Amino acid sequence: MAKLWGSFRMSYPSWSIEEGTQVLSSLKNVQGPVLIALQAIQERFGYVHDEAVSLIAETFNVSRADVHGVLTYYHDLRTTPSPVRLIQICVAEACQAVGSRDLVAAVEKKLGKKIDQSYADVEIKSAYCFGNCALGPAAMVDGQLMGRASVEKITA
Amino acid sequence: MSTVVYIPNDSAAISIGADQVAALVAQEAVKRSLKVTIVRNGTRGALWLETLIEVSTPQGRIAYGPVQPEDVSSLFDADFLNGGAHPLALGLTDQIAWFAGQDRVTYRRVGIIDPLSLKDYEAHGGLVGLRKAVKQSGADIVAEVTASGLRGRGGAGFPAGIKWKTVLDAKADQKYVCCNADEGDSGTFADRILIEADPFTLIEGMAIAAVAVGATEGFVYLRSEYPTAIKRLCDAIDIAKSAGVIGSSVLGSAHAFNLEVRVGAGSYVCGEETAMLESLEGKRGVIRSKPPLPAIAGLFGKPTIINNVLTLASVPAILADGAGAYAARGTGRSLGTQVFQLAGNIARGGIIETAFGITLETLVKTFGGGTLSGKPLRAIQIGGPLGAYFNSSQLNVSMDYESLAAAGGMLGHGGVVLFDDNVDLAQQAKFAMEFCALESCGKCTPCRLGSTRGAETIEKIISGVDVPANKLLLLDLCEVMTDGSLCAMGGLTPLPVKSAMNNFPEDFTGGAKK
Ligand SMILES: Cc1cc2nc3c(=O)[nH]c(=O)nc-3n(C[C@H](O)[C@H](O)[C@H](O)COP(=O)(O)O)c2cc1C
Ligand code: SF4
Ligand code: FES
Repeated sequence: MAKLWGSFRMSYPSWSIEEGTQVLSSLKNVQGPVLIALQAIQERFGYVHDEAVSLIAETFNVSRADVHGVLTYYHDLRTTPSPVRLIQICVAEACQAVGSRDLVAAVEKKLGKKIDQSYADVEIKSAYCFGNCALGPAAMVDGQLMGRASVEKITA
Repeated sequence: MSTVVYIPNDSAAISIGADQVAALVAQEAVKRSLKVTIVRNGTRGALWLETLIEVSTPQGRIAYGPVQPEDVSSLFDADFLNGGAHPLALGLTDQIAWFAGQDRVTYRRVGIIDPLSLKDYEAHGGLVGLRKAVKQSGADIVAEVTASGLRGRGGAGFPAGIKWKTVLDAKADQKYVCCNADEGDSGTFADRILIEADPFTLIEGMAIAAVAVGATEGFVYLRSEYPTAIKRLCDAIDIAKSAGVIGSSVLGSAHAFNLEVRVGAGSYVCGEETAMLESLEGKRGVIRSKPPLPAIAGLFGKPTIINNVLTLASVPAILADGAGAYAARGTGRSLGTQVFQLAGNIARGGIIETAFGITLETLVKTFGGGTLSGKPLRAIQIGGPLGAYFNSSQLNVSMDYESLAAAGGMLGHGGVVLFDDNVDLAQQAKFAMEFCALESCGKCTPCRLGSTRGAETIEKIISGVDVPANKLLLLDLCEVMTDGSLCAMGGLTPLPVKSAMNNFPEDFTGGAKK
């Protein structure tokens, strides 16, 4: 029952149609299944492979365009493999108030990477609130919420 | 006898070390051959005191905080298990001024109980409301909610009872109750904390709503940024089902109510209720035109109650204590209590539940203690990314729906975000436009394109290009967005922008401030 869509893992199995079919088979009775199917695929493989789009379309009898439309709409869903490490930094107002703009710049500098660009090893991504706004700046590092984040803590 | 020690399992507390503290307390106790039972409660809401440890004593719960992992052994040395003196000792939790000054109604059990203990829940007044509800007619329940004056806590402040009545009166073979737990507003976390600390209250509130209007299916739309809350709510639903609280029979009555959690996918606009319905149906989260109202044709076209977490979580208390007790609190048409959230650059951040009508000054100074940095307080944004920025001369505003509207702002979901004098309001205004551009569902041109245009125009003002002309252009743009947007995403983005311009004109004179 506890389905944890979106929780990050450090490694994922590589995409296969067989395993994808198996993931989708548990969703046969869901009303309005497209989004949840994409989330389930991403939960298993870390991203949504192009073949998964066709597979979802066939399985649930919807058009490929419909599936693609949902896939591109939601910020969480990704079409490139998940990086090994994922650093999400909250850049919303309450965290801005305690220096998240400077924090982003410092993490970018330290890791030599730009925020919101794809890399295979470490990605830094903007996030908009983790509900940790009284203990900002907030970050989610490899799926773990961090309060009073600093460049040292994030890159430790 | 084993001493009971409470250590929160709230995700914010964990984010600054509560799990390490809990592990060390367990270790030290073993090392010293002391009998300790650790209860992982939710946070009591004083996030500035986390990790807050409480020890159960004959006098009541005694608090220590903020405890860092390195403080644990000295707490044992000080005999904290018997309330011993220590630099971090805070006395009886209930007597700490920050708590004593609050009026916890919706949050009555938050931080007090073990979130997943149904026994604890009932021992602290849980299920009293639902037990009453299953013996009442739907019309009577709706009348009680209406009489309480409860208004939607998600932002729009629409009277809950009127919405419920519409769903009750709609004839349909299927009705739904949907809880909006998308909580996308920066500076808000009251839904998250309630779900993590007292999930049965939300389940009970949804069950009451379902019984009232004859709905048999419910969904909680919970954002993916809250993994701990997702897990806890799923666990609580399983427990409530096996205990017969919900499921094929609600507390042994003829009502059935099945409840499921659906996880969001990182879209702010999906917090708007019709976009949420689209998302629950598995589609792109594009806003629907109203009418029809979701109360008439909502999820899968069926009559649907949509309420915020705090709205639904207030209902058990209203039924348990009676509408009169709730409506006796507050002011004017803002009745009951509001769960305020103090955030941003704040010394004492967290949850303040009080009756409506407290002043902003009391909230940010008496409770909040001013800025975290100790530098002068310069700006306060109330009500999330679509809310207004106030300056420090506007602190006497009363925190209720009408007074905030009269002051040119809105309450929203009750988030209050403080900024010190490092803030540049032109940058904040630009961010408001950028956020709108990022999150726009794309249906209306003023929202989709106007916001990008707005961000560019503010950038020009910041760089000192044609400042007077660009300010006029920006105001025009704001007007077009306000008038030409289907929903509050485009319609209210001008609020932070214009309030920043009005209340901080010195930041819009061109040339970077610092
Ligand atoms: C852009 C946008 C985002 C919103 N986000 C939320 C949200 O995260 N949570 C919420 O309860 N309401 C949100 N709302 C308000 C909902 O549309 C709706 O009014 C509310 O869920 C109704 O419940 P209530 O009457 O109990 O407040 C949002 C509205 C807009 C326009
Ligand atoms: S105002 Fe923006 S978010 Fe709202 S319906 Fe229009 S385009 Fe969509
Ligand atoms: S604004 Fe950063 S966690 Fe809420």
